[in-house]
Amino acid sequence: MAGVTYKTRQLRRRNIERSLATLAIAGALFWLLENFIKSPTQFTEVTFTGLSNGILYALIALGYTLVYGIIELINFAHGDLFMLGGLFSAHFITLWFGERHSSGKGWGVLLLALISVMIFCAVINITIERFAYRRLRRAPKLAPLITAVGMSFILQFVGLRWNGSGQKTWPSLLPAGNLVIFKVKLPYTTLISFAVTIPVLLALSYIVTRTKQGKAMRATAQDQDASRLMGINVNRTISFTFALGGALAGAAGLLFEQTRGLTSYNLGFQLGLIAFTAAVMGGIGNLQGAVLGAVIIGLIQGWNDGLPIGLGQQWSNTVVFSILILLMVFKPTGLLGKPTTEKV
Amino acid sequence: MSIITRKKSGKKQRAPLSQRTWSIGFLSLAVVIYIFYTYIVPHTSDGFQSQIQTWFPPSALNEALVWVIAALGLNIVVGYAGLLDLGFVAFWAIGGYTAGWLMSGFFNQWNIHFGSESAKVIPGIHLSFWLVLILGALLCAFFGIVIGAPTLRLKSDYLAIVTLGFGEIIPQIFVNGENIHGFNLSNGTKGISPVDSIGIFGKRLGPFDLNYKYMIFVFMAALMVFISLRLRSGRLGRAWLAIREDELAASMMGVPLMKTKLAAYAVGAISGGLAGVAYATHVNGIFAERFQFSISIILLAMVVLGGMGNVWGVMVGALLIAWVNSTGLPALGNEINSTFKTNINFPSYTFLIFGALLILMMLFRREGLLPESRLKLMLHESDAEEGNEAPHDQISEEGAM
Repeated sequence: MAGVTYKTRQLRRRNIERSLATLAIAGALFWLLENFIKSPTQFTEVTFTGLSNGILYALIALGYTLVYGIIELINFAHGDLFMLGGLFSAHFITLWFGERHSSGKGWGVLLLALISVMIFCAVINITIERFAYRRLRRAPKLAPLITAVGMSFILQFVGLRWNGSGQKTWPSLLPAGNLVIFKVKLPYTTLISFAVTIPVLLALSYIVTRTKQGKAMRATAQDQDASRLMGINVNRTISFTFALGGALAGAAGLLFEQTRGLTSYNLGFQLGLIAFTAAVMGGIGNLQGAVLGAVIIGLIQGWNDGLPIGLGQQWSNTVVFSILILLMVFKPTGLLGKPTTEKV
Repeated sequence: MSIITRKKSGKKQRAPLSQRTWSIGFLSLAVVIYIFYTYIVPHTSDGFQSQIQTWFPPSALNEALVWVIAALGLNIVVGYAGLLDLGFVAFWAIGGYTAGWLMSGFFNQWNIHFGSESAKVIPGIHLSFWLVLILGALLCAFFGIVIGAPTLRLKSDYLAIVTLGFGEIIPQIFVNGENIHGFNLSNGTKGISPVDSIGIFGKRLGPFDLNYKYMIFVFMAALMVFISLRLRSGRLGRAWLAIREDELAASMMGVPLMKTKLAAYAVGAISGGLAGVAYATHVNGIFAERFQFSISIILLAMVVLGGMGNVWGVMVGALLIAWVNSTGLPALGNEINSTFKTNINFPSYTFLIFGALLILMMLFRREGLLPESRLKLMLHESDAEEGNEAPHDQISEEGAM
């Protein structure tokens, strides 16, 4: 008897949740449609901006999700790594190579900067893992989490020293101007960030699914002890994962610095939080989910900030985090995540 | 297993005694400090007085006590119940704005006076400080439950993120709250100022009555200590500790997880609210842009440094960090600069200091300066299972592989 009432209650609850979710999505679609009717050109432009922000978030979100997938740690320092990547590329391109305008040589410098910043951030991430997180791998969960917060503060300090306390603007090597299709203006910078991000994402997917190292990563994520017995060097695999995450954050840092032309020491905290939200939204630990979540968050943020009928930029974070909280409450596993049962 | 037996056999009788010694120690320290500032300092030489003003000014002491109150609340959430809360600043902000709304001329369309010593003609809502303390605490407890109810089902790291999200949302609401459909909720970044000063025994405290304020804040901190200690040894406190140590096992033993966690949240939020109200009267205003993520982290650092779960440790940690943050670091920096003829801007190193502090504590002394014996055993359980230095040995072994 008790079992039956429990089941019906569960069922009723699920029905209520589903109808509420349908209602919310319908409301959002209606809002989008109204905006589209009001000014189609602006809508398309804003959507495109949101999409390009989304893939930038995806690069950062993948770092969170990779690390969480393998050692179940929220690496709070990851956003700040992205910030340092941006700072490094700004210094590399503008101060060390003195490139200020788009040119043939500029493209070469840009490529060189991309490779160096990826290596730079990967090395930092490996170092952090080696000296802080590795010692705490068997400690209660609170310990590595607090350590990660501390690491984030230290990286912010480095950023503060390197960049100064204010925002700094930098010249961009990317061509200015817009590609105009049917009166819709699409900036070249956005197109280029697509051109950089998509190959990087494909390469990552290749590494994780096709290579031996990727196989080792997946095995370690499932069961560290068993994979150790199978002859996998667990420490090296985890270091490799951190390196991958760091490299992605570095690439994101370069793209952000070049497309927006600014650096600031506390940028990493904000963007890291948003990217983390994206990773959770897609189901943390799931790579496709992180990209999906990041694109959705980018779009929502773009729409909220840029559409004629919207809350506007000052509520941007509130909107993003409200969505995160709602999602956590109703679907803690995320959009693509699998439910996990707790092991005793 | 061994934890429980040890607790039963030897320590049970000694524990209350040591709590009593600590309480007496702290109360007498508070009295000594009071006597020192009220009766001794005014009669000393000018040089000594200015030394006191640079190193330990009374206002910094009061601010440190506000931090203590908030840290004790966070200790209940993090130290007792083991729920990582990264958005504690939200409760501080809510408490502060309660004081801003109910103790100032901000809502000047109304004219409500109750128990406040301010003149009746001044427009605005002016309630008694003590009433506002209770109202702020209640409002925060309500928000603690509202925030907690949907989120406490989550596992630890998700909970941390959701609380972080709330810690970002609520200050943003206050920053943008100047015009919500034409209603001015918080006066935006301009903040609400001045807030009424504390009224006690029919008298309003002036801006220089720091000694009275000190006594009131000590009283509030002592109240939080009392609440923490009583709750901890009671049924609820034991349920918190059980959840902290093993959530699954606790729920199997019949501990109602949601209710217990919510209680931790609500009690923690109450003290956040008290701290908020106290802070508003301390700085004589409330400003939205002060409520940043770093406040949550500083509070966490206080709890971690002092010793999670140990009230006295948290108190020492909070006093120490609050002092370093307000006057200790600049004064120490000036001293070092003048002796070694260097020119280092010490306060700019706060990020490094807090970050390094958190990391080093976690790596080498997870249990804090004044550890709680039970938590210490728990935190080193993994080491004990595999011999003392197991994690290090294992790593070097694997590295050679």
